[in-house]
Amino acid sequence: MRRILFLLPLVILVVGVQVLTDWTDTRYYLTQLTMAAYYSLLIIGLCALMGYTGQISLGHAGFFAIGGYLSAALTTRNLAIFQDQAFFRLLEGAGILATGQDIYGAELVVVAPWAACLVAIIAAALIAWLLGIPVLKLKGHYLAMATLGFGIIIYRIALASEYFGEADGISEVPPFLLPFGLEVSGSFAAREVNYYIAWGLLIMGLILLRNLIDSRVGRALRSIHGSEDAAGAMGVDTARCKLQVFVLSAVFAAVAGVFLTHYNGGIGPSEAGVMKSVRYVAIVAVGGMAHLWGALVMGVVLNFLSLRGVFGSYDDAVFGLILITIMLFAPNGVLSLLNFSGVLDFFRRLWRRVKEPGGLR
Amino acid sequence: MALLAVSNLGKKFGGLQAVSDVSFSVERGMIKAVIGPNGAGKTTLFNLITGSLTPSSGSVLLDGRDITGRRPHQIASFGIARTFQNIKLFPGMTVLENVMIGRHIRSSGGFVASMLHLPWVLAEEQRIRQSALERLEMLGIAELAELEATSLAFGQQRAVELARALAMEPDLLLLDEPAAGLNIYETAEVGRLISSIRQLGITVLLVEHDMSLVMDISDEIVVLSFGRKIAEDVPEAIQSNKEVIKVYLGE
Repeated sequence: MRRILFLLPLVILVVGVQVLTDWTDTRYYLTQLTMAAYYSLLIIGLCALMGYTGQISLGHAGFFAIGGYLSAALTTRNLAIFQDQAFFRLLEGAGILATGQDIYGAELVVVAPWAACLVAIIAAALIAWLLGIPVLKLKGHYLAMATLGFGIIIYRIALASEYFGEADGISEVPPFLLPFGLEVSGSFAAREVNYYIAWGLLIMGLILLRNLIDSRVGRALRSIHGSEDAAGAMGVDTARCKLQVFVLSAVFAAVAGVFLTHYNGGIGPSEAGVMKSVRYVAIVAVGGMAHLWGALVMGVVLNFLSLRGVFGSYDDAVFGLILITIMLFAPNGVLSLLNFSGVLDFFRRLWRRVKEPGGLR
Repeated sequence: MALLAVSNLGKKFGGLQAVSDVSFSVERGMIKAVIGPNGAGKTTLFNLITGSLTPSSGSVLLDGRDITGRRPHQIASFGIARTFQNIKLFPGMTVLENVMIGRHIRSSGGFVASMLHLPWVLAEEQRIRQSALERLEMLGIAELAELEATSLAFGQQRAVELARALAMEPDLLLLDEPAAGLNIYETAEVGRLISSIRQLGITVLLVEHDMSLVMDISDEIVVLSFGRKIAEDVPEAIQSNKEVIKVYLGE
């Protein structure tokens, strides 16, 4: 029960913010909060990989893009020209095709969003697995460079291939229908619902990762961070553990990519850019590395500010500056500056005073 | 059958033959020591047995099973635990958590089950915690359980590392210089500890520089020099072995 209770303040805050925007007629904030929640989903996944297991990835925007782009392409690219082919009838028979109309009213046959979403996430997991087997043998700077290379490849593919819309990206991505009549879309009517879908997904991700960290496997992951030799000598299959958490974090990134793309109704190559990957790494560092809450809070706050345009045209520069400042002055993350234990101590001492006979005088 | 049988083991680093043609065996229930001057290849031998290094030649049998060239985590799960010469505790984790990792091979909660915190995983977690606490009590360091392991004094870190290895319930325990950096009182304590580990039914193979400790507790001693075995005998015989004296004291 305690494991669920720790989330209560967060849930109250999430609902509170929505109610507040309703009262103050500032519902437009919800749009950026929704997007920030999706980015944070990627960031907490990266936190498990980087903060806890100690394996850096400068290619996570790539996994986000694989999820977003595949789902976008499959749900927008017209398959009607393949109507006579066997695979088309097979897909049709399996019920994974959907029909619609493009903006000019012509008939459009595309993959249904739920199927596209599944394909996109599975593809990201598979690519992470194939990439992870060789590159996770590398350590430190070398791993950073290898994942950076992967990120650049994905970025150039998104930018160069006609199928993925080249520099324009993909737009007109249809809404993504969930059970109970919910839909992931950017329409004004669905703004509150989408805010809750995004935050529900983020909180679910947080629960899963917290459970993982706080378990036998989580300890094994942290031991790899500490000393790979010693972890191996304890019987931890370090290669397998690293691969598993790498794939898991890629899936988190891909899920974020899929949902955000359907929410925005499109995706562009900047989402696959290397600067995005650097930003995610910076936010995990600002959050305190091995610190899921820190990653979540910083992920939401910094992405929200960035999406609101607070940093202006200097967006990426600000993230660079933040990274430098944090590394110099608070290498354990911003939240470490708040010193929670000091606050707790104060209340403990106060309580003791109250309990003492004749205390509090 | 011997618990550990090392035959004709060799390791070459480029042009350097760090270990060459070393053979010996360790019977179950024994305390056996490997000694030799610095650079004799003792730690390399340990790394070959535990899979941190792959042998260039020869074989290692554990209880008759060929474990030559297996990966460290496999060898650990076959029943060999080890400590390190330069203590390798996990930073950022408490003493208890460090020892709980020792239970890794004795538990089975996987990736998905852990993420979902399935009831059996939580029950297993309780058992892991309990048996880790028992090891700490056994070594008299239970009061350190919640402290960060790498913040402890050197001798205490040694004890934690030992507790972590014992938590694996190994058949064979490899101790790499367990008394290095300890004073004579602490060294005597380590000696008693190693003898009591034998009482648990764990066979011990140790590398050690402290001669009084080695002579006190070992049943048999292997002497290495420049990667070769030059003697293998009971302590009394080793003490009077001409070649050993030559290697240690010079002619």
